Amino acid sequence: MASSLRREDVAKVAKLARLTLSEAELDEFTAQLGQVLEHANDIAALDLEGVVATAHPFGLINVVRADERRASLARDDVLAMAPDTQDGRFAVPRIMGEAP
Amino acid sequence: MRSALDIARDVRSGATTAENEMATSLAAIRARNDELNVFLFVDEEGALDAARRVDERVTRGEDVGALAGVPIALKDNLCQSGVPTTAGSKILKGWRPPYSATVVGRLLDAGAVPMGKTNMDEFAMGSSTETSAFGPTRNPLNVERVPGGSSGGSASAVAADMTPLSLGSDTGGSIRQPAALCGLVGVKPTYGLVSRYGLIAFASSLDQIGPFAKNVADAAALLEVIAGHDPMDSTSLPELAPSLLSHVNDGVAGKRVGLVRELFDGAADEVVAEVERAAEALRDAGATIVELSVPEIHLGLSAYYLIAPAEASSNLARYDGVRYGLRVDADDVAAMNEATRTAGFGAEVKRRIMLGTYALSAGYYDAYYGQALKVRTQLIDAFRRAYLEADLLLGATAPTVAFAIGEKTADPMAMYLSDVFTIPTNLAGDAAISVPFGTGEADLPIGVQLLGPGRSEAGLFAAARVLELADGRS
Repeated sequence: MASSLRREDVAKVAKLARLTLSEAELDEFTAQLGQVLEHANDIAALDLEGVVATAHPFGLINVVRADERRASLARDDVLAMAPDTQDGRFAVPRIMGEAP
Repeated sequence: MRSALDIARDVRSGATTAENEMATSLAAIRARNDELNVFLFVDEEGALDAARRVDERVTRGEDVGALAGVPIALKDNLCQSGVPTTAGSKILKGWRPPYSATVVGRLLDAGAVPMGKTNMDEFAMGSSTETSAFGPTRNPLNVERVPGGSSGGSASAVAADMTPLSLGSDTGGSIRQPAALCGLVGVKPTYGLVSRYGLIAFASSLDQIGPFAKNVADAAALLEVIAGHDPMDSTSLPELAPSLLSHVNDGVAGKRVGLVRELFDGAADEVVAEVERAAEALRDAGATIVELSVPEIHLGLSAYYLIAPAEASSNLARYDGVRYGLRVDADDVAAMNEATRTAGFGAEVKRRIMLGTYALSAGYYDAYYGQALKVRTQLIDAFRRAYLEADLLLGATAPTVAFAIGEKTADPMAMYLSDVFTIPTNLAGDAAISVPFGTGEADLPIGVQLLGPGRSEAGLFAAARVLELADGRS
């Protein structure tokens, strides 16, 4: 049986999901997500020992193709929709605290 | 508006032109789009180009395809090269995909004319089209009501006679529920029947693209065009598109129809009454009605609201401000990612991402996500047993007729319960159709649902056609 959702759980999950929540949102989401999880306790409480999990309706198999060169999207077409580019690549702010 | 098949026949014969049909569609869109908020983008130029290409092919005497000159609306999570595509989210505002979904290519090959992109719940997360970042869509039959969701724009386009056909996507009922609420035929095809290449992902093990139409034959014709193997989707079934249109009038004589208690328990009395009347109509047409109970269906909602958010939390990790869409600048990459996602996603998407992240996180994985996957196995087994006793199943599509705009927005759990009868099919990977049958409160349409095992679409269309005729539509 799963425990009930606490405000600090929601804060932690938001951090993992890279979302900033206001204090008011934290309260609201804690209540709303708690309600959904409470509903989900009907399955959390089931004894399903030995039941095989299904991640996909028909089971997934690897699909392979011959490793042959073929047309792909043009680089300029792809970069045209990027927020920032530099020298034919995606540009992002600095990743670590190194000197620019 | 005339049926899609009538339009296609007349375009092929030269009795009308694709350009003329396109202009009729455009006029209908202009007349009501401001009021209803159906289209997020109307592709006037692209539609005119496509229509003229069809007319040129007709003039040259070429075979123009099953949907020659038929205007069609596309849900805004289907990529069309160069056409703005947002999935109802601010995070993709202004994005123009560099490629087209497989279904879009197949529509163009069949002579259809895409008119533009329709409003939807943000990333298809919702049951009313109210979570769209671009405002709600109104139900053309009663503008104070929702059209359902998440494919509410695509449903409204057909219900408002803007286009005779549209495409939506169905992850937990997002085609069937709006079809029911707008008085349309809506199909959730067998998982893998229609390629998902170019469909913006919500929950990949559940998502399927499918048709909306005013009548069963049009829906069958559209599904036939978009179905069939696609090497670009590794979950695509291996076979070619099935023959569907030719089976629409097969009837149900000798078929066993399972009336499943759990597929209408808790629905409004007027909805239950129509499900029972539909069972009578199928019996009158020669089917045997078998009363069944599939208790596992009750667990579907909980399993779905763990599995779908879990998959969504992974799929939506790609919206990080790096390669496309919104970027909110910050000092380092992690801060930029977080600022972008915080500004770009709406409340419902944040709720689902957090729910999914929680269900997958250490300490809760076994209790929630792991259990949900096992329940999915049990549900699949339960359907398999039901299909030993019945060829197809009958139930309600939605618990009520269209509800009021704003009625459920403050209570996510109440909104989630709108999907209780449609979700089990997605978890099982099976096929289901919603077909209009009778009306309820405020003269709004009621939809009944026909469910079948994987690859049973032809039989479902035939049964839906029996109900269509029994309900007085030719």
